[in-house]
Amino acid sequence: MADLDYSLKIGGEAGQGINTIGDILCKAFAEQGLHLYAYQDYYSRVRGGHNFYQIRIASFPLYSFSSKLELLIALDKASLDLHENEMKADGVIIFDQEKIDPENNVPNSLALPMAELGKKHGGKTVMGNTVAAGAAWQIMGGNPEILYSVLSKLFQGKGNKIVEANIKAARAGSDYAAENFSGRCTCNIKGANNGNSRNSMVMTGNEATALGALAAGCRFMSSYPMTPASGVMQYIARQAGRLPLAFEQAEDEIAAINMSIGAANTGLRSMVGTSGSGFSLMVEGLSYAGISETPLVILLGQRPGPATGMATRTEQGELLFSIHAGNGEFPRAVFAPATAEDAFWITAHAFNIAEKYQVPVIILSDQHLADSSYTVKPFDLNAVTIDRGNLLNEAEQGELTEYNRYQITDSGISPRAFPGQVKQCVVITGNEHLESGYSTENPEIHTKMVDKRIRKLNRMADDVKTPEIYGKQNPETLLLTWGSSYGACREAVDLANAKGEKLQAAYLPQLWPLPNDQIQDLFKQANRVVTVEMNATGQLGRLLRIETGLQPEYAILKYDGRPMNADYVLAELEQGGVFPWQ
Amino acid sequence: MAVDKKAYNLDRENTWCPGCGNFAIMEVFINTLAGMGFSPHEVLVVSGIGQAGKMPQHFRVNTMHVLHGRILPVATGASLADHRLKVIAVGGDGDGYAEGGNHLIHAARRNVDVTYLVHNNMVYGLTKGQASPTSGQGTQTPTTPNGNPLAGLNPIQLALGLKTALVARSFSGDKKQLGRILEKAIQKPGFAFIDILQPCPSFNKINTFKWFKDRVYDINDEGHDPGNLEEAFRLSQEWGENIPTGIFYDNSDDRPGFREALLGSLDQPLVEEDLNPLAIKEIMEEHL
Repeated sequence: MADLDYSLKIGGEAGQGINTIGDILCKAFAEQGLHLYAYQDYYSRVRGGHNFYQIRIASFPLYSFSSKLELLIALDKASLDLHENEMKADGVIIFDQEKIDPENNVPNSLALPMAELGKKHGGKTVMGNTVAAGAAWQIMGGNPEILYSVLSKLFQGKGNKIVEANIKAARAGSDYAAENFSGRCTCNIKGANNGNSRNSMVMTGNEATALGALAAGCRFMSSYPMTPASGVMQYIARQAGRLPLAFEQAEDEIAAINMSIGAANTGLRSMVGTSGSGFSLMVEGLSYAGISETPLVILLGQRPGPATGMATRTEQGELLFSIHAGNGEFPRAVFAPATAEDAFWITAHAFNIAEKYQVPVIILSDQHLADSSYTVKPFDLNAVTIDRGNLLNEAEQGELTEYNRYQITDSGISPRAFPGQVKQCVVITGNEHLESGYSTENPEIHTKMVDKRIRKLNRMADDVKTPEIYGKQNPETLLLTWGSSYGACREAVDLANAKGEKLQAAYLPQLWPLPNDQIQDLFKQANRVVTVEMNATGQLGRLLRIETGLQPEYAILKYDGRPMNADYVLAELEQGGVFPWQ
Repeated sequence: MAVDKKAYNLDRENTWCPGCGNFAIMEVFINTLAGMGFSPHEVLVVSGIGQAGKMPQHFRVNTMHVLHGRILPVATGASLADHRLKVIAVGGDGDGYAEGGNHLIHAARRNVDVTYLVHNNMVYGLTKGQASPTSGQGTQTPTTPNGNPLAGLNPIQLALGLKTALVARSFSGDKKQLGRILEKAIQKPGFAFIDILQPCPSFNKINTFKWFKDRVYDINDEGHDPGNLEEAFRLSQEWGENIPTGIFYDNSDDRPGFREALLGSLDQPLVEEDLNPLAIKEIMEEHL
């Protein structure tokens, strides 16, 4: 069977149930054995507006979305008007007959009485969403048993009645489509099951981040709700009770980071989540974590700023901010996962780095990664390592005559004890301090303590996550990127190289400290380097110039709040004259 | 059983001004803890920025010297992590009522198991004499050269309004009363709040030791029942010729403490829980 690669979109107003249809179909596609990538485009409002849920399915792993659609499910008129032009030739449109009265004939379409069928077969008009999922599944040739089993799984928590009602509604949609749709469908998934993606999980970047934190033994999370990080908070809050951990919604981001600092210094693996504005409030706490050598994980889910910016949109505008935020000079690590799978492993790793070096660690996510769904193989939990760094064991605690929380060592890392563990007591502070932790303004000691902290940064640089490289070796053009923009670059490489180009994509999972040697190598082997990122000022390019002296030749930037895909990257390469598109 | 208070000894220079109310508070603090049988390593003092915040630098005890105003969030996280620790928060009026005002409201709502001492000298000491939230209206300071345009905050009223588990006011000049209240506050499960009036001989020339001494009286000696919230509110209005001190309110309701609300009946301190990645297997597999 040839490679399968289809895209569909569900559009409508907030509150209409786009997510219900999308979530059902995503689970069903995964169950059918397809790879998927789905993203949600939504406004910062509870009702109305125009939102959509876009799903791409394929017989190979996916990293980004397509520009064109094979299937559109329109729940309102705006969806039809806005997305009709994205349809491929012979694309199918399913529209809600009760909400939409098209001015012109919609070719190759199914007018579906969603609410009516929902009420009649599922008992409630809201079941119309399941009707729509059933109709789409039928038109695409999906196996009905798979759809029903997915509905059972999704709704089992709500009781058998609800499960039955949903299955009936889905069947009604499917029957209606079988009788009334006489058009062509190019996105047939009948028999599509290459086995590759069987037993896959469907997971968003946020969910993967939360799972990574839980796997690492995160015992405390304090946060203030903020899109796009709220999903991580809610996921972790739901697990309190199943796992020994506490989640607390703080009164503000300042309280959030300081609560986690208190918990971390008393021995808990602790985390906060926020977006740019909230991170701005946390910055003094970040600086405190720096001087007090507090291991702390900070999830910074980026969205367009400045200030409140565009709350539900995406951007990568906080790279330099996250690296430089905080008064004074202190070591930190900054990571940026590119995919859901990456988010799991990087988050778990972040807790180890935080404790090993006793530093704050920032994970830069973005709305695009946070809210997008991916099919992922179950993580090998045996491969998750826990490294708590230099903790005094009980025997060592007992042998102490004095305890110096900030003992000066060659590595800069001091043996750690928690309050209550040592009779001599633990002194933690945000003032410059003696090795004992008591305040000092002595110039020599201050210099020694600054050096001690900077030595940790140097050691971290030897322990850095190195770039992930994809595509041709010694390429004509290297697309150097970070975070979720990697998906677009990786798929651009595939598309271009299939046409005979020599393209390579690489991303930096760790952006501070930078993997300097590997970056030098990357520049050496490529004929030219193009940075790709979602901001206006080319922050990765600037960082590379400052830290490595290397000068990328061109930058592909996007800062309209919407994610980029491979088509965008290729068009930009062409437009910039970088890419001799054949 | 009492612990020898020498266990708290620490040879460190003290930079407080002579006559500062902090000395008396520190003396009572150590005597009370030792008297109640706490060893220094069983206590965690979270302190803020300001002269009061320096207190735990002068005796042996676990301490977190934190950002200005952020004592209560840090204390909250620490007490959740290990509830075997006796967590006591210490700061001044600027730290607690200005920079950290928001946290006072929510710590009281959470009923976190922390004793909170505010050394209230009605002025900024460490930064040399600026107005504080409790400075009286009309008070001239370097930042209010024409007199403070604002009326002073009434912390007792604020704490009562939040139905804080224990609300008290004391005076650094009455060590006996302070010791009695502190012991009660430390025993109290949940959030216990003590506003401690104290002179600042360097920067507050109005509210001096004598000024306080001439005005304070003990409401409990005069028969106030700390279970009576209404009466506590009435007493909290009083300020001027007579200043009521003592325990205004000591709730007897069984509002759960913060730890219980979040962690239920989990006995083991969170900090003692093993970290095991395999524990999330079931949660992960819900995504299948």
